[in-house]
Amino acid sequence: MFPFTLEKAGSTQVAIAAAASGARYIAGGTTLVDLMRDEVERPERLIDINRLPLGDIRVEGEDLIIGALARMAEVAADENVKRLQPLIAESLIEGASPQLRNMASMGGNLLQRVRCPYFRMLDAGCNKRTPGSGCAAIEGLNAGHAILGTSDHCVATHPSDVAVALVALDATMRVQGPQGERSFPVEELFRLPGDTPDLEHTLLPGELIVEIRVPSGPHARSARYLKVRDRASYEFALVSAAAVLAIEDGVIREARIAAGGVGTRPWRLRACEAALGGRKPDRQAFEEAAQLATEGVRPLHHNAFKVVLLPRTIVRALEMAGEVA
Amino acid sequence: MKMNVIGKPLTRVDGRSKVTGKARYAADFNQPGQLYAVLVSATVGLGRLTGIESADVEGMSGVVALITHRNAPKLAYLPHKAVIDPAVGERLHVLQDDSVRFYGQPVAIIVADSIDHAERAAAAMRITYDARQPIVDHADQQVARIVPGTGTADRSRGDADAAVAEAAVKVDEVYDIARENHNPMEPHATIAAWHGDRLTLWSKSQFLMNEQAEIAAVFGLPVDNVEVICPFIGGAFGTSLRTWPHVTLAALAARHVGRPVKLVLTRKQMFFTTGHRPRSLQRVALGATPDGKITGVIHEGTGETSRYEQFTEALTAVTDYLYSCPNVRTQYRLAQLDTATPNHMRGPGEASGIFALESAVDELSYKLGVDPIELRRRNEPQIDEAENKPFSSRSLIQCYGLGAERFGWVRRTPEPRSMRDGRLLIGMGTATATYPAFHAPSSARVRLLADGTAEVEAAASDMGPGTYTSMTQVAAEFLGLQPEQVRFGLGTTDYPPTPSHGGSWTMASVGSAIRAACLEVQSQATRQAIADAGSPVFEASMEALEWVDGRLRRRGDASPGLSYQDILAKTGNPIEVDGSAQRDPETAEKYSMHSFGAVFAEVSVDPDVGTIRVRRLVGAYGIGRVVNPLLARSQCTGGMIGGIGMALMERTVLDVRDGRPVNAHMADYLMPVNLDTPKLEALFVDEVDPHVNPLGVKGLGEIALVGTAPAIANAVFHATGKRVRTLPIKIEDVLTA
Amino acid sequence: MAENSSEMHSSGPIVSRREALQATAGAVALAALPLQPAAATSSPAGVSSDIAVAMTVNGRAHTLIVDPRQSILDVLRETLDLPGTKKGCNQGACGACTILVDGKRIVSCLTLASMHDGADIQTIEGLENDGELHPLQAAFVEHEGLQCGFCTSGQIMSGLGCIAEGHVGSPEEIQFWMSGNICRCGAYPGIIAAVADVAERS
Ligand SMILES: Cc1cc2nc3c(=O)[nH]c(=O)nc-3n(C[C@H](O)[C@H](O)[C@H](O)COP(=O)(O)OP(=O)(O)OC[C@H]3O[C@@H](n4cnc5c(N)ncnc54)[C@H](O)[C@@H]3O)c2cc1C
Ligand code: SF4
Ligand code: FES
Ligand code: FES
Repeated sequence: MFPFTLEKAGSTQVAIAAAASGARYIAGGTTLVDLMRDEVERPERLIDINRLPLGDIRVEGEDLIIGALARMAEVAADENVKRLQPLIAESLIEGASPQLRNMASMGGNLLQRVRCPYFRMLDAGCNKRTPGSGCAAIEGLNAGHAILGTSDHCVATHPSDVAVALVALDATMRVQGPQGERSFPVEELFRLPGDTPDLEHTLLPGELIVEIRVPSGPHARSARYLKVRDRASYEFALVSAAAVLAIEDGVIREARIAAGGVGTRPWRLRACEAALGGRKPDRQAFEEAAQLATEGVRPLHHNAFKVVLLPRTIVRALEMAGEVA
Repeated sequence: MKMNVIGKPLTRVDGRSKVTGKARYAADFNQPGQLYAVLVSATVGLGRLTGIESADVEGMSGVVALITHRNAPKLAYLPHKAVIDPAVGERLHVLQDDSVRFYGQPVAIIVADSIDHAERAAAAMRITYDARQPIVDHADQQVARIVPGTGTADRSRGDADAAVAEAAVKVDEVYDIARENHNPMEPHATIAAWHGDRLTLWSKSQFLMNEQAEIAAVFGLPVDNVEVICPFIGGAFGTSLRTWPHVTLAALAARHVGRPVKLVLTRKQMFFTTGHRPRSLQRVALGATPDGKITGVIHEGTGETSRYEQFTEALTAVTDYLYSCPNVRTQYRLAQLDTATPNHMRGPGEASGIFALESAVDELSYKLGVDPIELRRRNEPQIDEAENKPFSSRSLIQCYGLGAERFGWVRRTPEPRSMRDGRLLIGMGTATATYPAFHAPSSARVRLLADGTAEVEAAASDMGPGTYTSMTQVAAEFLGLQPEQVRFGLGTTDYPPTPSHGGSWTMASVGSAIRAACLEVQSQATRQAIADAGSPVFEASMEALEWVDGRLRRRGDASPGLSYQDILAKTGNPIEVDGSAQRDPETAEKYSMHSFGAVFAEVSVDPDVGTIRVRRLVGAYGIGRVVNPLLARSQCTGGMIGGIGMALMERTVLDVRDGRPVNAHMADYLMPVNLDTPKLEALFVDEVDPHVNPLGVKGLGEIALVGTAPAIANAVFHATGKRVRTLPIKIEDVLTA
Repeated sequence: MAENSSEMHSSGPIVSRREALQATAGAVALAALPLQPAAATSSPAGVSSDIAVAMTVNGRAHTLIVDPRQSILDVLRETLDLPGTKKGCNQGACGACTILVDGKRIVSCLTLASMHDGADIQTIEGLENDGELHPLQAAFVEHEGLQCGFCTSGQIMSGLGCIAEGHVGSPEEIQFWMSGNICRCGAYPGIIAAVADVAERS
């Protein structure tokens, strides 16, 4: 680990000022400390934000507000979350482990870095870690990599589970920075790798995630998250899908679908959603819609199975959502 | 023989120290003044070191020493090989020259005052290489397949090729098992401390005597100058059988800096130089008559090894004796690759070999339309047909009977894809497990104290099976004491030598030695009593006396008799005996000795997304005498869980471009977690084997893993109708079923 | 070396220099890293400056000077000589290092000591009460919740967290909520039974 100095932020202003002058936020540290130990991350200054009052989970009107420092475990266990947005709770407990969920913050979760093994290996080419050094995964082992949103420079998936749920639910986030405050859809936080895979998100220098807002909707309760993986727990998704259905009079009024494990960012599938509008929630409709998910896929040497698995995962997630609808 | 303590479900005598965190594993023995060492691993797969930028690193905060081949002392590396070292080839010499033979080879060692300082310096090392293209892909057709230098392991009886060719029903398939790493929870660790030319190692080892001898040979020291201490092992599964280069490096570093040094491998480094289950490629061809008599068996397998040593394992051995068949041909070859030397991993060659054989037999059962258990019944041999010897005991058919009943095999409908639970496809499969009942010469010391309690010592190990507990039971049994009156110690080379803790032979070997020592202690006590004029048995003949529950009396006498205290009170001196035992060579010649078992698996497969989950496993084993049913069950269910890993999760994936293990990470090398645990049942058939050893034990550490993977694979076929001949079986393998 | 050969046979834990130092310093001990100045040194950017943290470990207060990089795991094992907490991966991926910080189970390998000034830490070494095993410790022995014992400290600490969180309604629920602790020996059936047993009794 590179040496660093540690400062503790007593207020948001202090934190932002420190970050604006080059310090790196640290919350739960489950991404950052891990990568610092491998020297993939080498911050010289850390600003500990854990004492900032950003851990609340509350309801405003019908919207759910989740503070950036709320821990994954707290959010998953929160009564309001379970009542208003069970999809969020479900996607959270399918991620990581109970211990990690006690540590990891929601803000940190969205900004967690890729699990591409070459990213962690300083002796492998990786454009994301070391711009211009090439991408070892494209010609290497890439069973876990993305089939959507890839570029010739990077093919790593975004690993977060809850981000998939948040993107499906049209959540927005509020950030504060040296230039003030702004809000935008969570989906817009994530960049495609393009030819600058080192730039992963759209936060401006020094910007601090303050909270996440999840709007309510008629569909919120008929929502399910399905995570497909080789072992039953404590593994990142091979493919995952968040499916949300608003069904009225036996007909789908609105559907929301997002997928994980397949895209270089949490992948919203609007074409699939559109195909479901007005249809009966049956397997045939689900299958037809799910086929649209693989438009534009670019499978690699070892991950072509995801092209098959993605639509199947979506179908199952839709069926599960239909069952609770 | 009636047993009082053996056979009882005693809870672990070391349980308390483990649940309180007081059990000390190698890395827990912090020494005063200790420094920390971190290895630097090669980042090319083959080649030479050309440059080392060390100036910066040596000046870094906390760094005490940087050792590379340039400044490392030339080590003696005297010839030394133990049974677990490959017979052909020479061990890796570390930091002795500039060559890199495989990715991850240690090329430098940093010693610093803290872990963080050492790790930082190790990461800052800039090493340049003249790299060449390593060849690490076993399936690469250009890789030569050689006959092991130890001589051929090929065997043949009858004409298997003709028999298979002419058979009415045939199976002829290729099976591919991934390279695996042991990945015990405890990383390899060594703390080394020198006192002049004497070296103490607190080091993770399954074979203390060999670690002592190996390090003595490497450093050119008298064996007695090296002491190895390892009271607890945090799991090993074979990875700590050999003494790997890091032990040498820890000792070398400690000598270099003149202080105790602690070296713990990182989880990533656990994939480099500490052995692995070699990837195996196997062809099995079976021929049978329409009514299910196997007429021909061909089993050809290759394992992989390094370029500097030839690691061999018994990949095709089980095929020689498992079925009755006049025409059997087995062949074993090695592919030499630019990789570190593999080594034994739980159930080594047998586990890999039996996956191929038992998958093929299952395939045959479907072709024949014969129930898999019935097929095995029809081909059950009366004797070991390869050796032409009787089995010392073989309860395979009883195992199938017991297991099938507990498992509910009758509920299985034979047709693939015919069973469902809601949307899920259900499959049931079975397979045979077998493993040799090994035995190696061992010794042990028993000291009977004047207070009537006993101390028992052997340089054995306990990596989890419960050696502490089961040996306590053996000693208590043969001394006629309560387990609480026996203190058993292991884990130091100061104790009498034992063989390695592996190969499922610890109880057979060490247990027999303890038994021998206990019996000798008892007879010395008898002689003392007889010689004691004040004793009621003064001048009695040995034959006229008997020991009952730890008391000596005249045969048929109803009096309470003499306790050990009574006898030892006279002199007040303890009786100390070093005992030893080995298998009677004549008996060994006469019998074929193996454990057998039948494993049953029920899996569910999600027809949409391909998720495979094991729902139930039942294993029925014939392993001779069960010393402690509680421990035996744990060991078996643990082995079955390991088998789930082998079947569905475990593989070390190499990047063929430079030979690096890409998933050298605890989160990327999948092993079962708690939620993967199915309903598990381990059963033991009553089996008395009077030949294997005086204890009648056949060992169960390995067999517990051996049959599980094929049983699961066979269940996956039954569920899906898709035969997967590669391990591990992944979601993508059944997705298109 | 007899005293080091086996915990079971030792007359007591090995006394290291550091422990001796703490013992003389009383309840509040100053445990310096070996070879490091005990005082915080300020240094230019890019160089860690050691910082002081106060933490309570198993009810005992410590003031420590730590390198900001040090994990709580390393502080416990190397500085405080409390090696009951194990390092299985140092990557957050095995659970062997699980401890309770302010009552919550966390992995100590990814937790910087420098960020936990004032923390209340419980480790496996603190569970015994006057030589009496904690019921969960006793249950692990009774139900064979261990084999090699290396994952056991983490399992037990995690089990305490699991019980406190109330995720013990059924064996399946326990399995789900205990899946952050890998046991390579496969002692899972006993672990489930031990946690269920104690949960039922408490
Ligand atoms: C073994 C393992 C398994 C895992 N499995 C899963 C899984 O299955 N599913 C899953 O979703 N995740 C998984 N994770 C990832 C885990 O969820 C993330 O590491 C965690 O959510 C990150 O949160 P944190 O608070 O610890 O972030 P930190 O490590 O503290 O920070 C991460 C990043 O976010 C930045 N940051 C943090 N907070 C803010 C803020 N408020 N504003 C701006 N920037 C901020 C930091 O500067 C840093 O760059 C796993 C992690 C591990 C180690
Ligand atoms: S896929 Fe992305 S993260 Fe992985 S090696 Fe390529 S550039 Fe790096
Ligand atoms: S050592 Fe911390 S999770 Fe493995
Ligand atoms: S008891 Fe050995 S790893 Fe769990």
